[in-house]
Amino acid sequence: MPAQTLAQKLLAHASGRASVEVNEIVNCRVDLAMFHDSSGPRRLKPMLEDLGTGIWDPSKVVLVMDHYVPEADDDSRRIVRIAREWAREQDLPHVYDSVGICHVVLPERGHLRPGMLCVGGDSHSPTGGAFGAYMFGVGSTEMLGVVASGEIWVRVPETLDMRWHGQLSAGVSAKDMVLHMIGRFGMNGARYQAVEFSGDAVQALSMQERMTLSNMAAEMGAQAGLVAPDQTTLRYLQTVGVSEASIDIDHWHTDSDAPVERYEFDAANLAPQVALPHSPANAHDVAQSAGTKLQVAYIGACTGAKLDDLRAAASVLHGRRVAPGLQLMVAPASQRDQEQATREGIMKTLTEAGASVLPNSCGACSGYGGSIPEGANVIATTARNFKGRMGAATAQVYLASPYTVAASALAGQIIDPREVLA
Amino acid sequence: MTHRVWRLGADVDTDQLAPGAYMKLGIEDIARHCLERLRPEFAGSVTPGDVLVAGPNFGIGSSREQAAAALVTLGVRAVIAPSFSGLYFRNAFNVGLLLLTCPQAESLQEGDRITLDLDVPQVTGPDGRALPCEPIPDFLLDMVRAGGLMMQLKKRLADGSLTRHPMRRS
Repeated sequence: MPAQTLAQKLLAHASGRASVEVNEIVNCRVDLAMFHDSSGPRRLKPMLEDLGTGIWDPSKVVLVMDHYVPEADDDSRRIVRIAREWAREQDLPHVYDSVGICHVVLPERGHLRPGMLCVGGDSHSPTGGAFGAYMFGVGSTEMLGVVASGEIWVRVPETLDMRWHGQLSAGVSAKDMVLHMIGRFGMNGARYQAVEFSGDAVQALSMQERMTLSNMAAEMGAQAGLVAPDQTTLRYLQTVGVSEASIDIDHWHTDSDAPVERYEFDAANLAPQVALPHSPANAHDVAQSAGTKLQVAYIGACTGAKLDDLRAAASVLHGRRVAPGLQLMVAPASQRDQEQATREGIMKTLTEAGASVLPNSCGACSGYGGSIPEGANVIATTARNFKGRMGAATAQVYLASPYTVAASALAGQIIDPREVLA
Repeated sequence: MTHRVWRLGADVDTDQLAPGAYMKLGIEDIARHCLERLRPEFAGSVTPGDVLVAGPNFGIGSSREQAAAALVTLGVRAVIAPSFSGLYFRNAFNVGLLLLTCPQAESLQEGDRITLDLDVPQVTGPDGRALPCEPIPDFLLDMVRAGGLMMQLKKRLADGSLTRHPMRRS
């Protein structure tokens, strides 16, 4: 058998083949289809009715209400009501309503395992690649095709192996790693191929930190953002109740002689990164934007408000107050993460520092809500800072890690979090 | 038949094509706001058959297919650019929007009249110069010609090559 990358092994498995070649188009059976209130029922229901067919296998569907919750107006109420009614009508077994953002809820409820082929009705679906699953985002019509047939086509990608060596310094995190890579390769630099994150610096990351890498593979233009599963993956999956018999961490890795396009990075010398308006690819060392005055700091989104992100922010904010006049908002990515953060005293630390806590939903990140004021300078843990993305066309949004966002909230201007942690 | 060119720059993202603030609305309403921050006159004055010509990375950002469907609603015949977001590329063909990956797209100008030849495929500019485009897999070309994936699913359900599933479970 020819040497295969992790991406090839996953796609060979999903297409019932021993091996697959780069660039061939294969038809894959889908192990899991995830969608949310915005991309899902309100689009799928009328199209399925028009086709006169139903869901191929409801046990493989996960519906998460996270975009239009909590419902702020009549349109939101209508969209979420459609989702709830459809979930009942279809008797869907896996529905998560207002308990967090889909990309975080999916693994924490034990739906992901290495070796799976998953699609998500959301562009940040590569997040699932952190678990050694081939997961990618699709639009609603393509999701309709999946829901009607249980299958999807994939062009077997090349693999860009992002190999990180060494140890990150304190106050530097996965968000900085991925911003650095996006800055280097650009918004479409991965050309819709598979990115695999590897090396000892990646192996040292927690699952949620790996999820941050895979999540922003989307901003690199990758179809999938993979991390080979290991003992860290196994421990996480056991914690969330996945049966050990169904977890294979030995097979799902890139063969050492498989052809990849490899890039090497030094984690030890990585400085905190900040992406300047209006593109994640405008990422530079924090020194370049240091001193930029801020009115809003936002810790939210699947990218930047998971438990590990909240812990990072709290380590900076502990016993301190945000700068006068600065608004700090925290929207924990899931209810479970928020509950654990509460048990650890992290939510108390955040609110005592002056943070206002928002619901466990996509909130301002998707721009559907509109809590970012016009004209404001904003620093956010989110994934995208396109002009107008967060709802306000004149806002200047800077992207950074939870450490950098928290430290900058204290200073009222962008600063290097290592100055606070030192 | 010739097509009028609307010329855009690089990195046109899905929030420009289908702004988040209007995502609650139907596609007709979203289309009225398509590209309004870049070209406020676009949605009001684009005519069926026009094409968009853009720089690299057209369609980066969200998975929202309204970013492609809005252009179909407005009658845009094709988008021609040196590169596209991979996710946008899939969405476009699924909703019946033709994309042509054309390395020399940026040599075309605002207002140019151009012709499309899908069999080659290539684009011919007003000076008669043919600009080659990357080949499109046959099944995608068939899909866009059929008007999108929805039409193909209907056909497959009708001819029995796709199995029907129960429409209600409870």
